[in-house]
Amino acid sequence: MYVAVKGGERAIENAHSWLAEERRGDRDVAELSVAQIREQLSLAVNRVMAEGSLYDPDLAALAIKQARGDLIEAIFLIRAYRTTLPRFGVSEPVDTGAMACDRRISATFKDLPGGQVLGPTFDYTHRLLDFKLAADGEVPEAPSQPTEPGDVPHVTDFLNREGLIEEAPHDDTPPPDLTREPLEMPAERALRLQALTRSDEGFTLGLAYSTQRGYARNHAFVGELRIGSVPVEMDIPELGFAVEIGEVVLTECETINQFKGSKTEPPQFTRGYGLVFGQTERKAISMALVDRALRWEELGEDFEGAPAQDAEFVLYHADNIQATGFLEHIKLPHYVDFQSELELVRKLRHEAGADQVQEAAE
Amino acid sequence: MKDVFDETAPRRAWMSLMAKAPDGRVAALLDATVTPPSFTWLRAPEIGSTMVRGRAGGTGAPFNLGEMTVTRCALTLATGEVGHAYIQGRRKGDAEAAALVDALMQTDAAVTLRKTVLEPLEDEQRVAKAARGAKAAATKVDFFTMVRGED
Repeated sequence: MYVAVKGGERAIENAHSWLAEERRGDRDVAELSVAQIREQLSLAVNRVMAEGSLYDPDLAALAIKQARGDLIEAIFLIRAYRTTLPRFGVSEPVDTGAMACDRRISATFKDLPGGQVLGPTFDYTHRLLDFKLAADGEVPEAPSQPTEPGDVPHVTDFLNREGLIEEAPHDDTPPPDLTREPLEMPAERALRLQALTRSDEGFTLGLAYSTQRGYARNHAFVGELRIGSVPVEMDIPELGFAVEIGEVVLTECETINQFKGSKTEPPQFTRGYGLVFGQTERKAISMALVDRALRWEELGEDFEGAPAQDAEFVLYHADNIQATGFLEHIKLPHYVDFQSELELVRKLRHEAGADQVQEAAE
Repeated sequence: MKDVFDETAPRRAWMSLMAKAPDGRVAALLDATVTPPSFTWLRAPEIGSTMVRGRAGGTGAPFNLGEMTVTRCALTLATGEVGHAYIQGRRKGDAEAAALVDALMQTDAAVTLRKTVLEPLEDEQRVAKAARGAKAAATKVDFFTMVRGED
């Protein structure tokens, strides 16, 4: 029998009021502004933009404030907001070769054109808590140095001159869009890359780590990691030409992986690719490793049963909003479901004679 | 890459410049120059998104990277010129100012506006980019070879 129940409105309302109060915290402590979050918690903002799949630092900062710093909740807010926006169009593919780089390093070539530029990195810090940050303090201006004119070519461009590395030939096939059509298997690489760039950082990191530990062997070098801004150009139909409509900061990672060759391909280096909104290098490197692992089929490699090779497993579990939605829904009322389960267990116990055993024990 | 020598190049350049200007900057520069002319909306400012694409491997097949917020609008001046704006973010005031500049750049006011709006924006963006580039350059590694063991 289905029993409809109502109630809880007052409790819910009061719970939300208390949530607002707890979010504010101790009123003797100054309130955090959205601009402070945007400027001073910028890597959290970047993660929310990347996994929320919407580039807007102010909105991401607001979402972090509203979510009390719970980044998955903030990503949820951004995803929900995104669905309310009419889409004006799609951009031309961004040209990462023309990126204004804040950071650009290669783990494979020491002396590369454009040089090794460290940028504002945590690398080489000692990971000791800095108690100066707990006190007020002025930060000195970072040193500057005149820039040398010249391009900063992709590392794979000049490795390619020897033909040692797999090419990424120019192609203008319109990509599928998982925000418009449901994600279905088999998923082509363009769809996998879209799913990976918005995937949960922790999940993607864990999978990438598994490939390094031997689950789908593909020993990866970071051929290049670059972070910086690129212009975004879009065709304006009413004008009949394309204009730059803005600029986004991206992190790009290209891995170079050993490849012994296959029936169709000679021995050469193959590539994994990561491209993510914001300064998000852990995620971009993870994405590149997982992208490479998922390419086993097109490269004629063996399926070793490793989780990172299994596109269905990876892509259907990488989205933290889908995951958290399904996971967290089980805490919501399931009274009727549970009632039927309870009756079933009672009936089975009765049939098995378990209730009589218990009565005898009493 | 589009042909940059076509006749639309100057217009593309100023629209691009204004799309990347900081919050409130285009409106402030425009207000300091002229009394905003009367106009009618062809499309009132509207907030939406653009799907940003990348290419696999940087140069290969395109894929959808994620969206960015964009504000657009279109207007007609009393004198008939049509101005368009597509700018990053959720900025209706800036979109209106950018569309006005776009329309006014097709009038006799173009020479003034180039000096008072576009050139300052260009300078500011160049300075900001150079400052970031100079900080990045200061973090460039200078390798030097230690004395080799076998020498």
